[in-house]
Amino acid sequence: MKHLLSTRDLTRHEAIGILDVAEDMADVQSREVRKLPTLRGRTVVNLFFEDSTRTRISFEAAAKRLSADVINFSAKGSSVSKGESLKDTAQTLAAIGADVVVIRHPASGAPQVLAQSNWIEAGIINAGDGTHEHPTQGLLDAFTIRKRLHGTASRGRSLDGVRVTIVGDILHSRVARSNVWLLTSLGAQVHLVAPATLLPVGVANWPVTVGYDLDEAIDAGTDVVMMLRIQAERMMSGGFFPNAREYSRRWGLDDARVDRLPAATMVMHPGPMNRGLEISSRAADSPRSTVLEQVSNGVSVRMAVLYLVLSGERGELS
Amino acid sequence: MTTTLLVTGATLADGTRTDLVVRNGRIAELGTGLSASGARVIDADGLTALPGLVDLHTHLREPGFEQSETVLTGSRAAAIGGFTAVHAMANTSPVADTAGVVEQVESLGRRAGYVNVRPIGAVTVGLAGQQLSEIGAMANSRARVRVFSDDGTCVSDALLMRRALEYVKTFDGVVAQHAQEPRLTEGAQMNEGVVSGELGLAGWPAVAEEAIIARDVLLAQHVGARVHICHLSTAGSVEVVRWAKARGIRVTAEVTPHHLMLTEELVRSYDARYKVNPPLRREEDVLALRAGLADGTIDIIATDHAPHPSESKDCEWHAASMGMVGLESALSVAQASVVDNGMLDWDDIARVFSRTPAAIGRLDGYADGIAVGAPAEFTLYDSAASRVFDTDALAGLGRNSPFLQLTLPGRVVATVHQGYPTVLDGQLVDEETVSSAAAGAWAVRGCRG
Repeated sequence: MKHLLSTRDLTRHEAIGILDVAEDMADVQSREVRKLPTLRGRTVVNLFFEDSTRTRISFEAAAKRLSADVINFSAKGSSVSKGESLKDTAQTLAAIGADVVVIRHPASGAPQVLAQSNWIEAGIINAGDGTHEHPTQGLLDAFTIRKRLHGTASRGRSLDGVRVTIVGDILHSRVARSNVWLLTSLGAQVHLVAPATLLPVGVANWPVTVGYDLDEAIDAGTDVVMMLRIQAERMMSGGFFPNAREYSRRWGLDDARVDRLPAATMVMHPGPMNRGLEISSRAADSPRSTVLEQVSNGVSVRMAVLYLVLSGERGELS
Repeated sequence: MTTTLLVTGATLADGTRTDLVVRNGRIAELGTGLSASGARVIDADGLTALPGLVDLHTHLREPGFEQSETVLTGSRAAAIGGFTAVHAMANTSPVADTAGVVEQVESLGRRAGYVNVRPIGAVTVGLAGQQLSEIGAMANSRARVRVFSDDGTCVSDALLMRRALEYVKTFDGVVAQHAQEPRLTEGAQMNEGVVSGELGLAGWPAVAEEAIIARDVLLAQHVGARVHICHLSTAGSVEVVRWAKARGIRVTAEVTPHHLMLTEELVRSYDARYKVNPPLRREEDVLALRAGLADGTIDIIATDHAPHPSESKDCEWHAASMGMVGLESALSVAQASVVDNGMLDWDDIARVFSRTPAAIGRLDGYADGIAVGAPAEFTLYDSAASRVFDTDALAGLGRNSPFLQLTLPGRVVATVHQGYPTVLDGQLVDEETVSSAAAGAWAVRGCRG
């Protein structure tokens, strides 16, 4: 794997392969010494044009557990904030000798532009681009679902027949896009729930079902409810919905709704959560919530992706 | 000093074969077996002689953005594309909203001498959409401006648009509207639809274009003015214009070569060369635009030639500028899109690329095409040629062509403007020769009063 730019171009076979390597990485994390020498001498650059402490430290932990050297490059306060172009930044990182660039960028497609350019030879890992994709988030969500369902027998398994309901701001969510492509290619049935203002125009062509009513979706039965973060600025200037109260009442996973879910139904959230808005505290803290598993699985999945991009092929870990 | 030219064995748009003698800037004779002593002979065997192409929508960038294009470099790009006249859009810096600026652009064009540079005046001061610019002063200036446009932005205020249509009518001019409802396209990056949803790029709905066109044709009808719609890009826009024409509304419309050929699928590459305003649309839209051009709903092809320096395209999609260069490739792209498939013939091409745009812009000398006594404005085109279109084919400063590396039919072999060649053997005639020929042509014109 030269780059990881999106989940849309992963085949089912490739996706299962990545998740299986992540299982190996998770095993390593349960050992007493949680560090592998695999990427010793390799340089991983975390190139973050947007603030994202959670994703950055997850990649940093993943790289360090594989013994790579990690450079964190935050656009704020750097030459980028003084008007440096993506091209110049990329060429600078190439000159420094980056082997992998993990990029978070507010512009959709920026990682792909970097990968297609001749500015830098390094492998490119998309850590979230605009409203396009966040492939490692999709992978860690798939990993988490599979792990909950199959435990230690997860290796080699798909998500055939698993019902996943994704709720919230689909329009602006790179997490939703990465999950839609990945979960469906793994065999899951994905149902999207949102007000019509927060669904993209072409959603009818996606391999999913779509509804406006969260209660209906809960009553129809689902194995996973994935709540998306609602960003305050969308309500203030975007006019996508009237106010937080109305949103929460119709599309929030409140106590009454979470109590109606079967015990085995997972509640997921990519974080950071707005407690009381899209998700109640009881839902977030209940045993069905996978929020913290998602965080720790994120490190395993990112270790797998870094390993696969840097080794250039899928192989067994010793 | 003027040139006498003898063009032998050319095929006119209607298929007849003829020689042409050009003398004193005009077509002196047509017929077979012509001779002219001392004439420079151009062998046009197998070439199609088309009347000089007239572009109603060109961004020459000067004054203000000379790193993108100048009047001279844009004129050269036009000549190599077979054009003999271009209309230079007003979004320069300073904006072409006063007589001084349009006269300056016009005189730069005259000095360069490759094409007739016809400035377009801004509708509103500074393109700000607040207050009418000095339309009368520009109309009466040496540049004799007849086309007014805020292209790049839409005259979105309905009352201001009404006033503009009425006021421009006073000077026999036309408002060329960039139809884009601003609120519906805030932050828009590409056509809104299936692809934008997948790519996570903010969408640019077709209705934002169609709603403005619908409003403006009704306004034009109400005040009895003519209105021209720039760069139609959607099937719905074609429908609205078709409806308006059926009601007798005096609306004309243009389509760009790129909207006749390319679709939004190209945006999947996030290659900023495909970023343009209006955006590339769906396959259905491309087909509707071709059909609209073929049935006369769309009157003309105009390039919207929009050069940008490389740093404006060599970046992430959001940061990139909108626009494509198009003068050099226009005729080839038109041939590939609507001629080779039989939708238009070469007579139609002469109409949509020369006669009608000249009529809309009130540009004299193009009504009769290639005819005895008409000004010698024509191009010799090898429609049988085929070439991989690459940066060598670009004569302006911009390299932002979406057609690079595509195999395109046809090639301009020669262009004649005011009776002297600007392109010979597929190459531009050098600047000094063209400039002095232009000075000579103007002297002759002056003598005749």
